[in-house]
Amino acid sequence: MTIDAPVRPQAPPATPEAPATSGRPGPFGKAIPRREDLRLAAGDGRYLDDLGHEALAAAFLRSPHAHARIIDIDITDALGVDGLVAIYTYEDLDGRVAEPLPLLIPHPALHAPRTNYPLANGVVNHVGEAVAMVVATDRYIAEDAVERIRVQWEPLPAVVGLPAAFAAEHAVHPDVPDNVAAHMVQSVGEAHAAIDAAPYTMELALHVERSASMPLEGKGVYARWDADDRSLRMYSSTQTSTSVRFAIAAKLGIPVDRVEVVTPDVGGGFGVKIMHPWPEEVLVPWAAIRLGREVKWVEDRREHFISSAHERAQEHTVRVGFDADGRILGLDVRFLHDNGAYTPYGIIVPIISSTQLLGPYKLGSYRVEFHSLYTNTVLVTPYRGAGRAHGCFVMERVMDAIADHRGLDRAVVRERNMIQPDEMPYDQGLIFQDGRPLIYDTGDFPASLHKALALVDWSGFAAVRDAARAEGRSVGIGLATYVEGTGVGPYEGAHVRVETSGDVVVATGLTTQGQGHETVFAQIAAQELGVPIERVTVTTGDTRRFKYGVGTFASRSAVMSGNAVAAAARKVRAKALRLAAAALAADESELELADGEIVVRGFSSSDGLPGPRIALATVAVLANPLRYAFDEEAQRATQFSGQMGATPAGDGPPVAEGEEPGLEATGWYSPIRSTFANGVHACVVETDPETAEIKVLRYCVVHDCGTIINPMIVEGQVHGGVAQGVGGALYERIVYDESGQLVNASFMDFLMPYASEVPRVETDHLTSPSPLNPLGVKGVGEAGIIPGHAVIASAVEDAEGFRIDRMPISPSELWELRRRHAAGEVPSLRRASSLQPGSSLREEPA
Amino acid sequence: MKPPAFVYHRPGSVAEAVETLAELGADGKVLAGGQSLVPVLNMRLAAPAALVDINRLGAELAFVETTADRVRVGALARHAQTERDEAAFAALPLLRQATRHVAHQTIRNRGTTVGSIVHADPAAELPAVLMLCDGTMELASAGGTRSVLVADFFLGPLESSLSYGELALAATFSLPPPRTGSAWVEVSRRAGDYALCGLGLTVSLDEDGRISRARAAYISVGPTPVLVDLTDAVAGQAHDAADWSAAGALAAGKVDPDEDIHATADYRRHLVGVLTSRAGRAASAHAAKAADR
Ligand SMILES: Cc1cc2nc3c(=O)[nH]c(=O)nc-3n(C[C@H](O)[C@H](O)[C@H](O)COP(=O)(O)OP(=O)(O)OC[C@H]3O[C@@H](n4cnc5c(N)ncnc54)[C@H](O)[C@@H]3O)c2cc1C
Repeated sequence: MTIDAPVRPQAPPATPEAPATSGRPGPFGKAIPRREDLRLAAGDGRYLDDLGHEALAAAFLRSPHAHARIIDIDITDALGVDGLVAIYTYEDLDGRVAEPLPLLIPHPALHAPRTNYPLANGVVNHVGEAVAMVVATDRYIAEDAVERIRVQWEPLPAVVGLPAAFAAEHAVHPDVPDNVAAHMVQSVGEAHAAIDAAPYTMELALHVERSASMPLEGKGVYARWDADDRSLRMYSSTQTSTSVRFAIAAKLGIPVDRVEVVTPDVGGGFGVKIMHPWPEEVLVPWAAIRLGREVKWVEDRREHFISSAHERAQEHTVRVGFDADGRILGLDVRFLHDNGAYTPYGIIVPIISSTQLLGPYKLGSYRVEFHSLYTNTVLVTPYRGAGRAHGCFVMERVMDAIADHRGLDRAVVRERNMIQPDEMPYDQGLIFQDGRPLIYDTGDFPASLHKALALVDWSGFAAVRDAARAEGRSVGIGLATYVEGTGVGPYEGAHVRVETSGDVVVATGLTTQGQGHETVFAQIAAQELGVPIERVTVTTGDTRRFKYGVGTFASRSAVMSGNAVAAAARKVRAKALRLAAAALAADESELELADGEIVVRGFSSSDGLPGPRIALATVAVLANPLRYAFDEEAQRATQFSGQMGATPAGDGPPVAEGEEPGLEATGWYSPIRSTFANGVHACVVETDPETAEIKVLRYCVVHDCGTIINPMIVEGQVHGGVAQGVGGALYERIVYDESGQLVNASFMDFLMPYASEVPRVETDHLTSPSPLNPLGVKGVGEAGIIPGHAVIASAVEDAEGFRIDRMPISPSELWELRRRHAAGEVPSLRRASSLQPGSSLREEPA
Repeated sequence: MKPPAFVYHRPGSVAEAVETLAELGADGKVLAGGQSLVPVLNMRLAAPAALVDINRLGAELAFVETTADRVRVGALARHAQTERDEAAFAALPLLRQATRHVAHQTIRNRGTTVGSIVHADPAAELPAVLMLCDGTMELASAGGTRSVLVADFFLGPLESSLSYGELALAATFSLPPPRTGSAWVEVSRRAGDYALCGLGLTVSLDEDGRISRARAAYISVGPTPVLVDLTDAVAGQAHDAADWSAAGALAAGKVDPDEDIHATADYRRHLVGVLTSRAGRAASAHAAKAADR
């Protein structure tokens, strides 16, 4: 089954104010089918495990305990396994490999950062932590050997769950007795005073449970050491090949120039593969060098559950003060964030939660305080949405609660609190995850809201509800808005080269995990260079092709690499026009580049003769003066060919003074700060009155990601995000028991929605180009998932008539809530009671 | 997630398979569709020394046979074959009604009806169907073939009375009396998942369209499927006006479900009640239609 989503032809933005590329015909902005799909769908993709069939295989002995001291590791039994090559424990590690893994993103508020060792050094802090590495002739044998290693453990008390971590009866790290890794406060205005003075106040406890990125392809590393060349080639299923390269060079003490990292096709990332270097990314090349053999490790599903990264778990306590119209005067949010056993990725997730919580609203004042806490569980790093889903959940639950308190329409309360378009750019007064001010660049939030209300037919829902009720069915409608900071810096670069064949080759440093970069970056280059898109090929995530870059995460690729590709292509274009002007003896301003050809503009060919023109391929030949001929194109560029312009007349250099040979250029983009996309989701759910099953009947998305490069890919990103959002709201959760065992570490019990659980997604969009980058684009990678918890909670609450304050929610949990509601333990919504005949909405000032 | 080494046997006939199993004794394990066994091997939850792959025994075992009083399903009939067999459906609609809820099409294309029964997962559909149809299992060993009544077959979760060295040849489902209708109803977290609670229910009507007999078999609410005779609660009631909630309450009192991460025990028991009503109404309507024919 496939997601039955409308692929409606997208009208181009009504006012194509955006791209500098517009005005010329070309593929930019068109719904070009993804060029990578045939390869991937036909099984011709090359994923990590498709490589290195001759390599030795690594497997890991992982801790079965959440918290324990290692008394002894006995490998005697394992040594008898036929095909065993090596067993390594911490004692074997040397140099910087024996040091803790890096703290990638330090922050002043992260006062007690802790990172793990590649292999446990005397103590383990979560089930799944790597304790020993086995290398064998194949994975089966490696696992046989792992099974025969005997470890003597001294179990220690495990800290599981936020309440236990905060209570700190036991500590994860003995030198962090309160389990607090970070404590941070940000505020704008005097929130406490504003709330105390507000006519109405409310307190809410809002929780989101732990979940995880679940790429179909887990992590994987394959390393080849060339002892003669003293160089390392490493393949990793990562979201950042460039940074892995620098990390590994530093760890292993190899010059960066001797390390190449290649990312093959990647079967999904969703954030977990931006974390790096993973222990395996250090140990696999380290072992390959020691052994002088190729070594490969491919993560299996259980390993992915217990030794990658999780996210989402946060418990929030909210106080809000508001006026009779539902306007927020002050918001105070305190929350606990579960960062797991270590903090290699810093505190990005709770920082994003704290800042993105504000959404499209201007609050009178805001104070947010979080404690990031250690627990004996898998570490926490960003998962698609990265803190935003939790923040959005909090803010949008507050909006619904205020609406209910005031007896107001939920949409009205939202609109009253929204930043108006004429207030843009709007400074929220906080510091965002990129360390820059949280300033919204563009967006028309009320317009987004109204579009969503129209799409879902908000005002017509009363009739839908009544009709359902008459059939004994219960339905509810939900609403949630979000603002997403996208395109974080610091930079990305790209290289564009026109070959002498006229083909265009684009390379950029960041990776791709299925987003469609081969298509959109080609669209940008083809547009800028005026060549058919079929002539453009794109390489991502290969440090041999482009050395620098940050990575693919945080909805940043279109903004960052997209603009870098445009910048590089523009340089190439300018250079092509300069060279062509010389060759055609024309002025650059007279020239036009289209369809792979440069022609003199306005030249009348009424006599039937073609005007002066030169193919881009020929310009590439001109730019590439050769001594030796090896094919026809090259012949035309050799010194005695006498071809037009092959060498300038006279004694000058082959290309003009100041010009470098080669029709190629490198371009960079570095934003002054993030650009902010926004959107509104609305959905209709049905809850079974008997079984409490929850079904999403309709799911509507309005989003604004600035200028759209490819509407089909944008829709695809939204659909995928919605699927994950529905998963997060209704199905997925990581469950630890009290002893720190992850009890659902398989796809049997960690439930991701199937196609049958994902609703048809109805979409509409606005286009508010970003003024911060030349293409006017904003990110869309995470848009679909952010309001998932919030919008479904809103709809379930509406159907049930009592507050939903914790996500995800299962039928069993909803049924238990109904029981508590019936017993008077869970109060009714006011609007639910107002629906009862005879009751009236009472207003009571706080 | 790689299994430890095992010896792989692929016999070409039932006789050879039984002989091999006899030689292997406790070391041997039958491999049918592999949809349950292979994950168990990969997760190293079991490490049999040898597998006996019966997938070459299609000529002898890939049958679904319908006669006047029973449907007999051979050990190599995939779920998909059982599901689609028209004669079996006409004689025993419950078989298709239930099999449709077994996993997804791709898994039903490989997994076998008999394998699913032998595997004895208390959440699986087919063991409950076999119970409701007073079925028998035919088990072959070097010593000959024996028939085991379903009442004696399921011993506990993933535990049946199949012995080492035995090959299950077929499962036989008895046909219900005339004017009988059936329904399969379940609640699962996602389409195709093992149910949180599910049941098959059969209703037989007398000549006047009154309920003469009603039985249900429940899954995921006990160590084996739980068979409950509901006749006392609904006997003599008109097929379209029976009080199924009384039957639901009766059944809810007979199950002892466990709690897990997907559902509380109380919720499961509650489902037994409401799903009994739903299945009862559907099966009665089905029975009335059968009576019309
Ligand atoms: C994702 C997924 C979802 C599933 N969902 C469901 C579901 O909703 N409901 C459900 O009922 N099942 C479900 N299943 C299980 C599926 O129905 C299996 O096919 C079935 O349980 C076993 O049949 P098999 O032929 O694959 O047996 P195998 O996996 O080959 O064997 C299972 C066990 O039975 C033994 N065995 C098999 N055949 C014989 C025989 N002829 N003689 C002796 N021993 C034998 C094997 O030795 C082994 O112990 C699911 C499976 C998967 C992978």
